[in-house]
Amino acid sequence: MAWDKIGIAKRIAQEVQDGTYVNLGIGIPTLVANYIPEGMEVELQSENGILGMGPFPFEGEEDADLINAGKQTVTLREGSSIFDSAMSFGMIRAQKVDLTILGAMEVSENGDISNWKVPGKMVKGMGGAMDLVASAKNIIVAMQHCDKAGNSKLLPQCSLPLTGIHCIKKVVTDLGVFDIRDGAFHLVELAPDVTLEEVIAKTAGKLLTQ
Amino acid sequence: MGFNKVRASAAEACEGITSGMTLMVGGFGLCGIPENCITELVKMGVKDLTCISNNAGVDDFGLGFLLQKKQVKKMISSYVGENAEFERQMLSGELEVELIPQGTLATRCMAAGYGMPVVYTPAGVGTEVAEGKEVREFKGKKYLMEEAFDADFALVKAWKGDAMGNLVFRSTARNFNPMMAMAGKITIVEVEELVPLGALDPDHIHTPGIYVHRIFQGVNYEKRIEQRTVRQRI
Repeated sequence: MAWDKIGIAKRIAQEVQDGTYVNLGIGIPTLVANYIPEGMEVELQSENGILGMGPFPFEGEEDADLINAGKQTVTLREGSSIFDSAMSFGMIRAQKVDLTILGAMEVSENGDISNWKVPGKMVKGMGGAMDLVASAKNIIVAMQHCDKAGNSKLLPQCSLPLTGIHCIKKVVTDLGVFDIRDGAFHLVELAPDVTLEEVIAKTAGKLLTQ
Repeated sequence: MGFNKVRASAAEACEGITSGMTLMVGGFGLCGIPENCITELVKMGVKDLTCISNNAGVDDFGLGFLLQKKQVKKMISSYVGENAEFERQMLSGELEVELIPQGTLATRCMAAGYGMPVVYTPAGVGTEVAEGKEVREFKGKKYLMEEAFDADFALVKAWKGDAMGNLVFRSTARNFNPMMAMAGKITIVEVEELVPLGALDPDHIHTPGIYVHRIFQGVNYEKRIEQRTVRQRI
């Protein structure tokens, strides 16, 4: 079986290093927090102004003043800090945040990403994604390999409006793990029971398997 | 006489806001929004507003109230999902929308409060956000020139404040409020608790009162939660 959302999150959690600051986007990236190996010290940044974000609160302990960037109620860990939005993006721009994990609609073989707008259909906005991808040292994308119609989301070039250019280093999909460098997707690992043929068939961008 | 910043109500505090003005509105989602000021704007019936705010509220709360009454001409925001009426007005062309990166929004407020006309940020380089903007390269990396905002009024929500306008925010309800407080030509702050002078430790003040022109104690805070997420007790 290919990876489900939890499988993708678990695989990405293996990429997270001890003693780092990490920003998690909405969706699958949020799940990564649940699978960070025991004993590792990782500080989660939420761009609305938290370092040291903790898990969801117990029922009855929700605090309307304490939410994450996905507007979900959360808690704070010991040693956390709160700051304003200008400082939050200041630390992102100054590359103090070590790793950014976010979702995407499309990723290209040269590391471009689209994830904020489908012209004429959906315009939600870029939120903090453009700031994050323009500045982060290391960015991992978590997404499905194909869209609902079965079209590849790993492309020669993005067809949707861009969020950022030449910025994505790694993509983890339901089918496997891919590094992006030198204008190609490099297959790093196949998800369980996924064949090389399937990945080749479902990857529209340049794919190197060695 | 003197500084005379304290107002008795939202109605008194919002005096002078008129149709066609540009307003900054603090908050992230529904967290830390100036609920009393928004309610007052609906009562005042001012129209053709340009609102600079990270989000646009939801259909029946926050800035969504102003959208329902068609009081907003233009929104400048970073993320506008979760609001069906907003989407309808945007797609039909009734509402002008400028979407900008969240950090750019925060920093353009900050620039205004720091007296700087522009900032350079890499966010949006190579995307449609860069259209029509100056691109400059520093140390091999490209940046967009972004201008400081120019807002007639900033509407801000703080947790505690005093008669000098010194402010303390609570938790993530801080978000855009401090930099918007610094950026308004006239800054109106509503607080949950207006405390006596001397009650706030000067070392713990987030926004010094020099940026605040009017302050009042808000009432009936609903503090609606947009995404209530919990975990089970084991």
